[in-house]
Amino acid sequence: MFGIAKKLAQAGVLGLNQRNAEYTLWHNPRHLFPLVDDKLTTKSLAQQAGMAVPPLYGVIEIQHQVRELAALLTPYQDFVIKPAQGSCGDGILVVTGRRNKRYRKVNGQLITQEDLDHHVSNTLSGLYSLGGHPDRVLIEYRVQFDPIFEAISFQGVPDIRIIVFLGVPVMAMVRLPTRMSDGKANLHQGAIGAGIDLHTGKTLTGVWQNEIVTEHPDTEHSITDVQVPEWDKLLDLAARSYALTGLGYQGVDLVLDKNKGPLILELNARPGLNIQVANRAGLLTRLQLVEQHASNLKTVEDRITFSKQHFAPTN
Amino acid sequence: MNKNKRHLYTLVLSLVLSGLGLFAYKALVLQFPLVPDTLALIWNLEVHASFTAQDKPIKMGIYIPRNTAQYVILDENFISQGYGLITTTPDEGNRQAIWSIRKASGKQSLYYRAVIRRMHSDYEPGEPKTSPLTKPTLESPLLEAAQALAKDLLSKSADTETFVQALIKRIHNPSPDETISVLIGQYPTLETKLNTVVEVLKASGLPARVIHGIRIPTIPRSVQWVSWFQIYDKKTWRSFDPLTGTPEIPEDYVEWWHGANPFLKFNGGKNLEYTVSIAPNHEEAIQAALLSTKLAIPKLLDFSLFNLPLQTQAVYRILLMVPLGALLLLVLRNIIGIKTFGTFMPILMALAFRETQLIWGIFLFGLVVGLGLCVRFYLEQLKLLLVPRLASLLIVVVLLMAILSVLSYQLGFERGLSVALFPMVIITMTIERMCIVWEERGASESLQQGIGSLLVAALTYLTMTIPYVEHILFVFPELLLVLLAGTLLLGRYSGFRLLELQRFRALVS
Repeated sequence: MFGIAKKLAQAGVLGLNQRNAEYTLWHNPRHLFPLVDDKLTTKSLAQQAGMAVPPLYGVIEIQHQVRELAALLTPYQDFVIKPAQGSCGDGILVVTGRRNKRYRKVNGQLITQEDLDHHVSNTLSGLYSLGGHPDRVLIEYRVQFDPIFEAISFQGVPDIRIIVFLGVPVMAMVRLPTRMSDGKANLHQGAIGAGIDLHTGKTLTGVWQNEIVTEHPDTEHSITDVQVPEWDKLLDLAARSYALTGLGYQGVDLVLDKNKGPLILELNARPGLNIQVANRAGLLTRLQLVEQHASNLKTVEDRITFSKQHFAPTN
Repeated sequence: MNKNKRHLYTLVLSLVLSGLGLFAYKALVLQFPLVPDTLALIWNLEVHASFTAQDKPIKMGIYIPRNTAQYVILDENFISQGYGLITTTPDEGNRQAIWSIRKASGKQSLYYRAVIRRMHSDYEPGEPKTSPLTKPTLESPLLEAAQALAKDLLSKSADTETFVQALIKRIHNPSPDETISVLIGQYPTLETKLNTVVEVLKASGLPARVIHGIRIPTIPRSVQWVSWFQIYDKKTWRSFDPLTGTPEIPEDYVEWWHGANPFLKFNGGKNLEYTVSIAPNHEEAIQAALLSTKLAIPKLLDFSLFNLPLQTQAVYRILLMVPLGALLLLVLRNIIGIKTFGTFMPILMALAFRETQLIWGIFLFGLVVGLGLCVRFYLEQLKLLLVPRLASLLIVVVLLMAILSVLSYQLGFERGLSVALFPMVIITMTIERMCIVWEERGASESLQQGIGSLLVAALTYLTMTIPYVEHILFVFPELLLVLLAGTLLLGRYSGFRLLELQRFRALVS
């Protein structure tokens, strides 16, 4: 037992207590949390800074507006409904099309307008928000993901998570939806996380339910050595999001749209630790390296260069 | 960061030093006992009466206990600011305290406190050695009925004991014959039945009386009056069980007064309420220590838990264990890494388990949550909004608890009644969260967290009920400062959680 703890510490693995005690509590002042806890705020911040985000179709703020939901959705064939303050991907509903008066969910299931209204009402009353506070609902553009990921994701949209510490991208992974995750790109729910070589932007091995995998369990295609397109642009967006919020330790979630290129989906002030398993590397060593050099890294370019230089896999 | 750490360590060190310092002073210099005295021979009794006075004269009389063969009074005192107090012996062998005041207004509280010790002697202090009066108080035609009954029973019994047993049996017969019905009336209470027994005995020439007292409970709490009855036989009062007629009296029975008069007489105010509570005074040594403290530093004692009313002391005995539960919870969550529903939910469950006991507690909790989940899954189909849904769930939980209590009482499981002490709001929230986790993350994750919470609650309960720890924390509440210091230190623990080792195992293999 203690042997494992010792080995993990030597490998520079970051635990939840250490992440909280030494990184999020120190580098993420609480007053900045609202900037990332509310996706609507994050979106407008990013837009002001000229960073690309999925276009917003509408916002539902009070129960009364749910009646007008059907009318609001009329112009769109497909869209995504999200709680503004959701966490872990809970409460996100992806509609891929319509069939008569019904909506088709990403898993092919058809739901009625009533189901959709109920989902929005639940979200408004805080079912999915942190601490159960009343919430707002975003309706936005459904990302048409880049065909490169078609073979290695099962329904849903794969997204890219980059951990950024003091503006330096330190670790990255791509999250691939599976049948188990119901098309959601969330590791807790059964999605695969595949580590990314920060230098080249190529995928490494993946982690699925805490075990190492090299193939997608549903499509059986290899998930290693896949080149993520527009990698430099993704790194640039991630590095710049530090200035956006001021949070020292954050997780940046990005997607690659077929037409619009890299988009910022959301920012996370308490990003999960599974990214370490996906990359088969500890975060702590990388974070400490950044802490040592932080004073020399003034510009976004410096930080990206530093990241590419130091955070390529050793083997 | 280092400055911050130094700050924390200084704080922790000063907390530990002051906590341990006070502890050492009390334990070593004042000689407060470190272990509870297992021989509980001394108890603290307390009667607390409260009422609202209305600017009118107030008079309140209560019976107070006297020395008996089983118990002697070591010390007693009356707390009654501004009231005149007299103690009298209104009738043979009874003692009464009467408080009175010419004018009072607002909420009033009067206390009677006594320290009693169990005795083992046959000596009956303060009892008349002559045969007491036996004149029956019944009048015709009831007197004749009683005499007829006594005659009938006498002819069918061998001695006093069999006579009394036969009489008791007749009185408690669920379908009483005509003579009994005439004597006890249509809806007799235990009290009227006992008084009838006494009257019949008197009618047959045997001096008898009903006595009132309390049974000493195993844990400190307020108690109810329990009646017993006695017959003057062979120059002594012999006690008989009022339900079976066996000639015995329980060891834990403290006699208080006898006769048909009520415990309390009161006029002048309104909203009268009273409680009688008793708590073991395990610590003879504490009494000695308290006495020496009183002499050394009078003020220290005024501001200690021992100076609180008994019932409040009993509450604090439990409350002081909560911080320990919190520390344990912290270790289980942050160092072991067990997931629970709600941060402090397991502590509240552990407090409920104190009343239900562990096995029953877990069983009842599982039952309520399981049934609640079924209802919750059904409610899901109705597409209710969040707050109305939670409210309906709360109503269902309360109903379930009531039904469980009624059912278990009917089936004869007294323990099932204690389901009423479950924190229902917490249970409702647990059901709601379990259901959501069930839908979002699957049944296994949901059950895992549910069982995790129950496990933590059980461990917390086991820790919080160790009598030794309870004693230590009650006698030395300053040790909470040390607990606080430990909690603060754990607040900066940044090592791995035990369950994370499993999670990250793939990284080192």
